[in-house]
Amino acid sequence: MKAKMKSLCFALLASVAGSALADLNVGVVVSATGPAASLGIPEKNTIALLPSTIAGEKVNYIVLDDASDTTTAVKNTRKLITEDKVDVIVGSTITPNSLAMIDVVAEAETPMISMAASSRIVDTTNPKVKWVFKTPQNDIQMSTAIVEHMTSHGIKSVAFIGFADAYGEGWFKEFSKIAEARKLSIVANERYNRNDTSVTGQVLKIIATKPDAVLIAGSGTPAALPQKTLKEKGYKGTIYQTHGVANKDFLRVCGKDCEGTLLPAGPVLVAAQLPDGNPIKKVALDYVTRYEAAHGKGSVSTFGAHAWDAGILLQNAVPVALKKAKPGTKEFKVALRDALEGLKNVTVSHGIVNMSPTDHLGFDQRARVMVKVDNGDWKLIQ
Amino acid sequence: MDLQIALLLGQDGIVTGAIYALLALALVLVFAVTRVIFIPQGEFVAYGALTLAGIQTGQTPGTIWLLLVLGLATLAVDASASLRAGGGRFLRLLAIQLVYPIVIIALLFFAAPRNWPLLLQVLLALAVVVPLGPQLYRLVYQPIAEASVLVLLIASIALHLTLVGLGLLFFGAEGSRTLAFSEAAFDLGALTVSGQSLWVITTSVLLIVALYFFFEKSLYGKALRATAVNRAGARLMGISTTLAGRLTFLLAATIGALSGILIAPLTTIYYDTGFLIGLKGFVGAIIGGLASYPVAAAGAVLVGLLESFSSFWASAFKEVIVFTLIIPVLLWRSLTTHHVEEDE
Repeated sequence: MKAKMKSLCFALLASVAGSALADLNVGVVVSATGPAASLGIPEKNTIALLPSTIAGEKVNYIVLDDASDTTTAVKNTRKLITEDKVDVIVGSTITPNSLAMIDVVAEAETPMISMAASSRIVDTTNPKVKWVFKTPQNDIQMSTAIVEHMTSHGIKSVAFIGFADAYGEGWFKEFSKIAEARKLSIVANERYNRNDTSVTGQVLKIIATKPDAVLIAGSGTPAALPQKTLKEKGYKGTIYQTHGVANKDFLRVCGKDCEGTLLPAGPVLVAAQLPDGNPIKKVALDYVTRYEAAHGKGSVSTFGAHAWDAGILLQNAVPVALKKAKPGTKEFKVALRDALEGLKNVTVSHGIVNMSPTDHLGFDQRARVMVKVDNGDWKLIQ
Repeated sequence: MDLQIALLLGQDGIVTGAIYALLALALVLVFAVTRVIFIPQGEFVAYGALTLAGIQTGQTPGTIWLLLVLGLATLAVDASASLRAGGGRFLRLLAIQLVYPIVIIALLFFAAPRNWPLLLQVLLALAVVVPLGPQLYRLVYQPIAEASVLVLLIASIALHLTLVGLGLLFFGAEGSRTLAFSEAAFDLGALTVSGQSLWVITTSVLLIVALYFFFEKSLYGKALRATAVNRAGARLMGISTTLAGRLTFLLAATIGALSGILIAPLTTIYYDTGFLIGLKGFVGAIIGGLASYPVAAAGAVLVGLLESFSSFWASAFKEVIVFTLIIPVLLWRSLTTHHVEEDE
């Protein structure tokens, strides 16, 4: 009896192991806890909505949380590659983690699709980036949109206040570069922390310089604090935010103080308002409907859509790669990488992707729209 | 910088300083009585504020389930001892640890769809969060009450991490604000004083005065002071150090939750906001050498002012400036006070 059980167990194990080898394994690293949790949680939720088969192959998503911590992200990536033998890595949520993961995936020759914003992640002058792709728009695309809007609306001087971290610094670098080229003067450059309880000092300094507009570079609800303080201290100029605030919680916390705020965002934020001729509309609405069906009305955010887009890229690239090799092999990883790099005219919820060896993001101007906060909701303005 | 900006910054600094002062007092109190460096103090700030925010948006905050679970755990730990002490003791334990959470949960479900007046909402939020203090003392600190300060500190860090994790689970990653106690604003020359900031300062001052009278005049307060001065001696005089510990944590939790409720209309509170606020209160407490209440309170207000002015002058270095304050203070303290080795 015992021997029989044993052999049965072995048979079972063997079959499980066998099927696991034949399946496509996708390793996902997200920042579902820690400071980036508000971005990571919708991404994690979105992964659960991705299809369980691609081109007839069963797909296993193995999701690990990196707690917004770089070391953990690297550790998780190594674990996924060596223990779970994944064919592709999706992640991580934030720039520092994604940058650190590049070395690991390049060494293991495994393709990776990042969900973080910085253009440095897909800087193809770095040979290791051969293996790395990403779905969110580059900061530079978003800052160009803001600067264009400012200059076309007669704004001459602008004050900047951003997070005292990579997000704020990155934005200031990109924004100041373009602003300088377009003769827009930056009159103040202030920093604050995500967890600060007061930004009165920074705001008073900004108001003293009398700027035509203020750009707040923060993400999620923490970006509401400078805006509320600006209004409280009687600032009357235009206020711009970044696409980092594009979720419902920001509107909830900021309330009526955010009316009239302008920001660039991915088209998925205003999916229903896009013109019918826009191919992105269908894909974006499909994602919004699915997410809201699972998590309630108004729960969707643009961050989760980055994970959805990574899923779409895989659904387009995997069938191509399958013609060349079986999942779980070294050849398949190479084929998948080549297939990702060869993607043309793929419509995702944030835009239309045309990859090339020098562009591992593949977005053009269609990947961003300007949005205004109007009556407590997002309104497409261009 | 002109006078008006200086006044505005000063006002801002005093309001945040008042909250830091309350937390500094709680930290000094907890350390003096139980030798615990109470890092999770800040979590009560976040729990208080976010529980209130939950009640105001008509949700049932996750903290009530924590209250029930900790109640059951306390019941399990204390059941046999209280049974031995007599049936009345057991019934009291049952009432506090099981019936009370259930009543509060029922009340919350009853209150959720009804938009109760603010005062009732605040009381309800306090009723949920405050009992967590003594419960956590019973479960985490009481079994190791005689351990060294270092062991207690390690337990504090573990508890802090657990509570932050639970906070993320209960309230989600995004922050919340609550409705202001008063929308009033007063013009004092160039200065506009909001009603809410007056609430913060008034409540802080009242609370500090109340603590003073509690420690000077009431029997329980005197018992706490006696425990702070000499644990063994207090015990010989018939003061229960366990009771002192629970009472201290009750006070600390009240102060923490109330601070959170006071500042939630002024700023957005996140599940992990408490730590930084608590840490700044801690800087204040260090200035008071973790022993002197008035110096700790003054130190905390100084931290608030320093923070406000440094955010104007050099916003990128604000935290650096605030936390660097601790170095000269420690230097000065180590040069002026004679250190007595604790026999641990």
